Amino acid sequence: MILDQARFAQRKRRSFIVMALCWGAAAAGLGALLVILGTLLSKGLGGIRPEVFTQMTPPPGSDGGLLNPIVGSLIITSLGVLIGTPIGILAGTYMAEYGRYSKLTSVIRFVNDVLLSAPSIVMGLFVYAVMVAPMGHFSGLAGSVALSLLVIPIVIRTTEDMLLLVPNALREAATALGMPRSLVIRRVAYKAARAGIITGVLLAVARISGETAPLLFTALNDQFWSTNIFAPMASLPVVIFQFSLSPYEDWQRLAWVGALIITFAVLALSVVARWLGTSRVAK
Amino acid sequence: MTQTATGLGRHDAAKQQMERQRVLNRLKLWDALFARLTFAAALLVLIVLGAVFVSLIEGAWPAFRTFGLKFFVTEAWNPVTEKFGAVAPIYGTLVTSFIAMLIAVPIGLGIAIFLTELCPYALRRPIGIAIELLAGIPSIIYGIWGLFFFAPFFQQTVQPALISAFRNVPVLSELFAGPPYGIGILTAGIILAIMVLPIISAISRDVFETVPAVLKESAYGLGCTRWEVVRSVVMPYTKVGLIGGFMLGLGRALGETMAVTFVVGNAHRISASILAPGTTISATIANEFTEAVSDLHTASLIALGLILFLITFTVLALARLMLLRLEVKAGR
Repeated sequence: MILDQARFAQRKRRSFIVMALCWGAAAAGLGALLVILGTLLSKGLGGIRPEVFTQMTPPPGSDGGLLNPIVGSLIITSLGVLIGTPIGILAGTYMAEYGRYSKLTSVIRFVNDVLLSAPSIVMGLFVYAVMVAPMGHFSGLAGSVALSLLVIPIVIRTTEDMLLLVPNALREAATALGMPRSLVIRRVAYKAARAGIITGVLLAVARISGETAPLLFTALNDQFWSTNIFAPMASLPVVIFQFSLSPYEDWQRLAWVGALIITFAVLALSVVARWLGTSRVAK
Repeated sequence: MTQTATGLGRHDAAKQQMERQRVLNRLKLWDALFARLTFAAALLVLIVLGAVFVSLIEGAWPAFRTFGLKFFVTEAWNPVTEKFGAVAPIYGTLVTSFIAMLIAVPIGLGIAIFLTELCPYALRRPIGIAIELLAGIPSIIYGIWGLFFFAPFFQQTVQPALISAFRNVPVLSELFAGPPYGIGILTAGIILAIMVLPIISAISRDVFETVPAVLKESAYGLGCTRWEVVRSVVMPYTKVGLIGGFMLGLGRALGETMAVTFVVGNAHRISASILAPGTTISATIANEFTEAVSDLHTASLIALGLILFLITFTVLALARLMLLRLEVKAGR
């Protein structure tokens, strides 16, 4: 067999060029993302002082911290998770246990997958229409409901996936012992899938803790200390949005500090979720 | 629960029987209740989707009634004279997402090829995890970075170069015309690209990993180069999944709010130049909703939201259908 040397060299060259471009793409992509983290650190780290965690948001031109938005974010996020998680787990349970082979489940799975990446600002509009407008005022609770609508699809997805991984032999053994079906699910299936479900909830927390768009016209904002969930409430993302677009330099500085805090909280949550997820596989 | 009744009186046995029946009844009740509860929660997903559609249509109704189909062809957006048209935001949404995909798809594919074919094994997991983590960074971070870091840099270096480079090229001189603002449609597209890059790379990598090693090995065995293996074996095998992944990224880009609002410029007009400021549906809603005074303004914004939801719903549904088809194929 005669190898056409010139043609072979050309093919090799072409392959080399494309592969070099792939190296370049990886370098460019990762580089851009590193630059973002670098900017965040360099602009935000200098502003991290104890006052950030002990003082309220300041009026322009004076010193202050981010205590009320931090607490507001914690309240809104945890309420959102508290509302969304049980609904998500129950719905996921139906899909994996009771209706595993039903037509309805595949429809719900499809709709849920679409909701999973639906624009979050539309969820904000929806909650505005069904909660804020009828009640006549913005509230932290409305913000939580908007966030819970983002939590539900994530929790449903992971709960269903994790329950489907539980071996049927476990369910059969429990049923053979005379356990009713709901007990089999709650005492056996949930236990076996626990780590995975917790991972899903943590991922959901990570997702919503940085969400800004659905809070803009549900929770609105509040310059002062407030823990009343029926009143407008400050949250870290909304404060970052407002402060960074303001012309005041000290507000912009605080916005960077807030951005740094959120990013690292989210990254830490994702790492914990991932660690929980892999330790389950390792077992 | 119930032990053997030996040695106990008949009376006790009957009592035990009743006790047992009571416990069983309670369990039966719980069983039915729990099943109903999970069913109701599952139905809630469908109800939420329906309610979102209904409430958006209801909220947008005044705008559609006033402007009719003209809402979709009017460029004007004037809260003072109460004339609203959706063309400029729809145009901005589509163009920024198109630019984002134009940049993110080749680079994302490159990263995926790098991760599955080129990267040393020791680095594959760390880089893969890093990309997945970056996909979780809140979009507002991309927005604030874009406004304070990227836009000034872009304004001072890249935009003047683009403007002077294409000054005498017929079509491109229109596309890259005007003063370098820094913020604008192109900047928004680039920021969006950086944001969806981790999503596209992660999905493409997952899809590439479904290619059976035997297929690739036989291609290498025939003397194919690496690029030929990727182009003629890996990509055709994963075509459907790749397109599904791109469309998921596109869905994200279309609906993204914060990353865009910071850098798009928020100007309700359509310019031939992609360096000029524009607006998108989500940026318009985020900027104006809380400040909208008249009912018609609010209704027009909700109408924009409805349009956005319909666009993303279609794109995401198509993406899911394609990924679903891939799953069915893989299951066989």
